[in-house]
Amino acid sequence: MASESTMAHPFEDAPNHVTPTVIHDPVLARTDFKSVGTRPLRPDGLDKVTGRARYGADFSMPGQLVGLVLRSPHAHARIRKIDTSKAEKLPGVKAIVTAADLPDHTGGDQSMYDILENCMARGVAKYDGHAVAAVAAVDAPTARKALKLIKVDYEVLPHVTDVDEAVKPGAPLVNPRLLTEGVEPRPTKPSNIAKRTEFGHGDVDAGFKQADVIVTRSFRTEQTHQGYIEPHACVASVSPDGTGELWVCTQGHFVYRNHCAMLLGMDVSRLRVTSSEIGGGFGGKTHVWAEPVALALSRKANRPVKITMTRDEVFRASGPTSATSIDVRIGARKDGTIVAADATLRFSCGPYYGMWAELGSMTAFACYDLKNVRTVGYEVLVNRPKTAAYRAPSAPMAAFAVESVMDELAHKIGMNEVDFRIKNAARQGTKASYGPVYGPIGIGATLEAAKKHPHMSAPLGKNQGRGMACGFWFNFGGQTCTDINVGPDGSVTLTVGTVDVGGSRASIALCVAEELGVSYEQVKCIVADTGSLGHNDMTDGSRGTFSSSMAGIFAARNAITVLRERAARMWEIPVDDVKWEDGHAKAVGEKYGNLAPLSLKEIAAAAVNTGGPIAGHSEIVADGAGVSFATHIADVEVDPETGRSKILRYTVIQDAGKAVHPAYVEGQYQGGAAQGIGWALNEEYIYGKDGRLQNAGFLDYRIPVCSDLPMIDTQILEIPNPNHPYGVRGVGETSIVPPLAAIANAMSNAFGVRMTHVPMSPPRVLKALEAAKKA
Amino acid sequence: MQYEAPETTKAAVGLLAKAKGSAYVLAGGSDLLVRMKGGFVEPDLVVDIKRIKPMREIRKTASGFTIGAAVSCAEMNENKALIKAWPGVVEAAGLIGSKQVQSRCTVVGNLCNSSPAADSVPALFAAGARAVIQGPRGKRKVAVEDIPVGPGKNALKKGELIEAIELPARKGKSGDAYLRFIPRSEMDIAVVSAGVSLTLDAKGVIKDARVALGAVAPTVVLVKAAAKAIVGTKLDGTALEKLGEAASAACSPIDDKRGTVEFRTKVAAVLARRAAEIAYKRAGGK
Repeated sequence: MASESTMAHPFEDAPNHVTPTVIHDPVLARTDFKSVGTRPLRPDGLDKVTGRARYGADFSMPGQLVGLVLRSPHAHARIRKIDTSKAEKLPGVKAIVTAADLPDHTGGDQSMYDILENCMARGVAKYDGHAVAAVAAVDAPTARKALKLIKVDYEVLPHVTDVDEAVKPGAPLVNPRLLTEGVEPRPTKPSNIAKRTEFGHGDVDAGFKQADVIVTRSFRTEQTHQGYIEPHACVASVSPDGTGELWVCTQGHFVYRNHCAMLLGMDVSRLRVTSSEIGGGFGGKTHVWAEPVALALSRKANRPVKITMTRDEVFRASGPTSATSIDVRIGARKDGTIVAADATLRFSCGPYYGMWAELGSMTAFACYDLKNVRTVGYEVLVNRPKTAAYRAPSAPMAAFAVESVMDELAHKIGMNEVDFRIKNAARQGTKASYGPVYGPIGIGATLEAAKKHPHMSAPLGKNQGRGMACGFWFNFGGQTCTDINVGPDGSVTLTVGTVDVGGSRASIALCVAEELGVSYEQVKCIVADTGSLGHNDMTDGSRGTFSSSMAGIFAARNAITVLRERAARMWEIPVDDVKWEDGHAKAVGEKYGNLAPLSLKEIAAAAVNTGGPIAGHSEIVADGAGVSFATHIADVEVDPETGRSKILRYTVIQDAGKAVHPAYVEGQYQGGAAQGIGWALNEEYIYGKDGRLQNAGFLDYRIPVCSDLPMIDTQILEIPNPNHPYGVRGVGETSIVPPLAAIANAMSNAFGVRMTHVPMSPPRVLKALEAAKKA
Repeated sequence: MQYEAPETTKAAVGLLAKAKGSAYVLAGGSDLLVRMKGGFVEPDLVVDIKRIKPMREIRKTASGFTIGAAVSCAEMNENKALIKAWPGVVEAAGLIGSKQVQSRCTVVGNLCNSSPAADSVPALFAAGARAVIQGPRGKRKVAVEDIPVGPGKNALKKGELIEAIELPARKGKSGDAYLRFIPRSEMDIAVVSAGVSLTLDAKGVIKDARVALGAVAPTVVLVKAAAKAIVGTKLDGTALEKLGEAASAACSPIDDKRGTVEFRTKVAAVLARRAAEIAYKRAGGK
């Protein structure tokens, strides 16, 4: 059994994730940086460019078997019987597992049980692609043959895949035992609504009575996938002595370890997980799927087992984001003051409970200072894959709805849409719609910057429109553990436990170089396996650089304490008379005038005589992740005869707190915008009437290609986060929040039709254009 | 699986004719290898035609062009004479997949694969191309529109393969064009497509035209009514409107992941009109 309490996914743990922002005196925020703010090459760059970098599928072990998963072809079906006897007899087949080989060790932990059932169906297959059995064989053809020999007797059940259909009375029940949480009194009849949540303050009904203008609209967004280029892949090896190793592509190998250990009934310390380089995650690699299955196969076969998901499997059976249906109502006075805001949000979760509507409810109005605000979220179960996090999960859809209505309302009042937002923008001291009171924040600053940006006043041509929108994300800190080890030559190894998704090794090394007063090149940052450090939360919630740089700086301070002690010993003077400056120990006071400063290198060289290896360690809960805001501007051209649209120009303005490595901050801004543009225009899961996914591949699930995008312009603002020694905020997620709305607003401005359904694909746009022509 | 790479057409035909089980011809492999890797087909025999020399050549003759079955679409795009004579056919071939795919894929493969959305096929239909078929009973030539018979199904008999595509020689004021609708800018598959080829008289009046549409029916379709709508005109507004109407009327598409019936029917008219305008301009019409 797992000896440690299982870490719930941070996104399923709101109080942990949504760090109340404490207002501090920002005395810690410094400005005299030498390394921080520069743009050196990333330590993983050369290997990635030359192909030497090892991704998930690049690990191999002697005697390794090929693992393949048999998946349900039905959206919803009872599994009457699985007959593996013929497959087992096939020469070369070394193990077959079903749910029977993954007994329940979750001890009543519902979220872990859901993960277990999602990894391998237990009695009922709940979506097209749900795993029902797995095979390990000597090679892929044998494994493929074995899959065909497994006979599954299904009783097909009625299914529902649409978020609006699922909440209708009489809809097929995804989980017939489910009673809605968060409703008093608790319902006695089951439904597909897993939970209701409500946020807000003030009196919304009274507020609307003061409104001169009210805009009410309903919106829909279709399900999208993170679209990472690297499919999930792992190699699992379980020894007969009960210890195991896992090499895997993940955003959080410690969390994968904890989850896999629990699901396999192992002690956490007996499973060692090594993370590979990662070819994109965006939240999609925060959940285990094939990994517990690979471990179970390896345990049964007593051989290492590699599982590499195909693209088809990634689409059908990993963790896309929610499809949503959102109603928004906002009222304002003629002077532009918002008097009330209300939203109801229905988010699909797949077949298992999630907190996706809840996150949408929390983020929906977070940009604004509102007296009367209410959001109600419904978590809706459907026969689709279990929803996982996708970059600022749930915020883009909520922002699409809210920011569309904000634009429409501004126009109805006769106000410029930027001025309208500036008038209502949240500021320091604002009580956020989701509860906490904001510290120093950047929404107002990004709006002012947008107003002044040359993009805002550039001329537009025929069939072109410009739109803007704002976005918010909480950011996260979490558990972090970091080591610094000074080598005998004075070079520094920085060991972190947060997987490097977006250049964090470079950024964390810059912070540690800054703190130690040494060059960036002197600090080598590596991501350690789970046997080498204490628990680290995943790289999610934009926490990688924020939390590990904080822990790295604290570890450097601890190392400096040791370095000062060693220098004091070398000089034989009291440690209090030694200070650390510019990478050197310096004796303080005129009496030491003849003592030349000692470099890190000199102290390291003498370590054998002054107490041995020099190290610094830090373990923290990195509280105080500063919230993040952005404003985006988009220019769109629409072909009025085909509905095809093209993004002509795009600008991202976002607060970074402090941009540690500005190039990688810009990369995050551009990447989020690119994903948002794909989501806005073409990406969507398309299900047939049979409940099966129709477009499980990159040909028909259309992410943008390079030529679809303009060079995305960025502007970094720095409003220091008082809770980080250098003022850093997470920057990875907010950039995906505004694009859906910014592009919808641009389309509306281009041809006067409000688009309320994302993606705004050519057939939808053409239909809207034709409808407007008729009206 | 048996893999063979014969050096003559005769040997290739012999292998295909004798094959037991499923036999496939391999040219660029941009369809076949993908389907094999995806586990959709498990061939018993693969006959690679890339070592058959005549199949690697583009020949210009008095009667037109002969494009060997193993000539890649990228090679077509490097042949200046071909580009000059048949710009629409070449631009269609240059739209398939990505640059990497174009350096492998062939128009004969595209034709035999018989997808209604195949990019080069409407352009070949419009061009009046002929397929040179070799088989156990010798050689025969058929119009390209007789090759696809349904989605993924072609008219070739056991042991037969297409050796080359013949494009007629261009005479007088002629032009062709191909347009496809994709939501993205490249690396995509046609949601609707249109190929138009036309010849003008000395006064700029259209005397011959062929119009083909892709992805609007089970196979690429040659729309005679659409051609008729513009023959005898200078492609004025009325002619364009009639062309569009005829194109839409010829559509019998399906609702699928790539587009709706309504969308395809409307956009088929738009693309037919736009392609006709380009072809007309290329032919020297004003």
